[in-house]
Amino acid sequence: MKNKNRVVMDAEAIDRSLTRVAYEILEKNKGLDDLVLIGIRTGGICLANRIQRKIAAMEGIKVPLGILDVTLYRDDLLRTNKKPRIGKTDITFSLDNRKVVLVDDVLFTGRTIRAAMDALIDFGRPRLIQLAVLIDRGHRELPIRADFVGKNLPSSLWEDVSVNLTEKDGVDEVVIEMDTEE
Amino acid sequence: MILERKDILGIKELSMDEILLILDTADSFIEISTRDIKKVPTLRGKTIINLFYEASTRTRTSFEIAGKRLSADTINISASTSSVVKGETLLDTARNLEAMNPDVIVIRHSAAGAPHMLAGMVKQSIINAGDGAHEHPTQALLDMMTIRAKKGRLENLNIAIVGDIAHSRVARSNIYGLKKMGSQVTVAGPATMIPRDIEQMGVNVHSSLDEAIKGADVIMMLRIQLERQHLNIFPSLREYAQRFCLSKKNISLAKKDVLVMHPGPINRGVEISPDIADGPYSVILDQVTNGVAVRMALLYLLTGGKA
Repeated sequence: MKNKNRVVMDAEAIDRSLTRVAYEILEKNKGLDDLVLIGIRTGGICLANRIQRKIAAMEGIKVPLGILDVTLYRDDLLRTNKKPRIGKTDITFSLDNRKVVLVDDVLFTGRTIRAAMDALIDFGRPRLIQLAVLIDRGHRELPIRADFVGKNLPSSLWEDVSVNLTEKDGVDEVVIEMDTEE
Repeated sequence: MILERKDILGIKELSMDEILLILDTADSFIEISTRDIKKVPTLRGKTIINLFYEASTRTRTSFEIAGKRLSADTINISASTSSVVKGETLLDTARNLEAMNPDVIVIRHSAAGAPHMLAGMVKQSIINAGDGAHEHPTQALLDMMTIRAKKGRLENLNIAIVGDIAHSRVARSNIYGLKKMGSQVTVAGPATMIPRDIEQMGVNVHSSLDEAIKGADVIMMLRIQLERQHLNIFPSLREYAQRFCLSKKNISLAKKDVLVMHPGPINRGVEISPDIADGPYSVILDQVTNGVAVRMALLYLLTGGKA
């Protein structure tokens, strides 16, 4: 079967979306007081870094940034023998009374975000948790929605949405891939 | 890369990639033990039995803490308070435990090969926590984790292992592991404590401490097993200490940034002087901290679903 990959966002589109998301985070939170960013491993880390830089460029302040690996909180972990590699979680500041913005690349079933919220609450009691994603592709299986969305991308279940980022993939683009396995 | 085995019985049968997977996973688990809430829900509903036929503080506690930090239920059984004193055989004990459906059995036994026998008999994952003078794989893994954290690598290091090599499962597991990872291993001790065929494991042998630690990146001192003194393998503790105690006098022969390790429990003044055990080269307590992370990694990697 032919490979039907479709690029739906290029580097410029991604950058513009992240700029808007950064502005919206500032607007909704009325500034930077107590604001922290938590990037979800692995795609969310690069995006959180970029949002941090954009906020710094606008406000001159570098908001604290942490890294969260949600693997140990996943609900499907013991259902398969394939154990994902565990990455490091690195949150060096207290989350108590902070406004936490979780950052991830794609919002899909919502299960990753459920796991991330459980993990965050083990680290403290944030004042609130908000969610920023580059792509919302729908098909939620839990009552979860994003506060900041780069692009809504209605997709079918047999498509894969990949967010490629220069830091880890050498190029900035969002691609829809048809699942050609079957 | 996944760990495709049911049991962890020894370092000998692990591949380099498997060792690296375990160490990388363990590195990521370190952080959990530094949190206020030192617990993740990963192994909720799993049961781990620690079956210890030999005395242990560190290893048993370490396995218990590792299980609890992953939310598993851990149960400790020691030979002295179990049906073993009523004459039940190891296999019968294991079959009975198996009937209660645990997920992992951690076993320490004075007989080499006891965990291997159990692994073939029960469906649960077996982790060897020390079998006779054979292997102690989790100790070697935590030692390698500690070395890698401090030195940044496991290859091309000069490692000296000093003491009762013949009776040491720690030495055997470390020799297998460190050779596999590409380091050079030298062993030293009184002639009665050096197994005759040890060269076949690819190590250098010295009969003097000074020779063995010359230029060493890492020195591992082994515990002199006082309970074996009646075997007449050395004349007196004092004589042993005079020849093989690591102290200020001889440590300067090693590299300036040498790491001093000991699997514990230490006999102060016998194999290691107090100022060295508590001094700047010593990573003895890092070993203990890393031990919890290594055991968490193994429990995580071994317990899975049916798919």
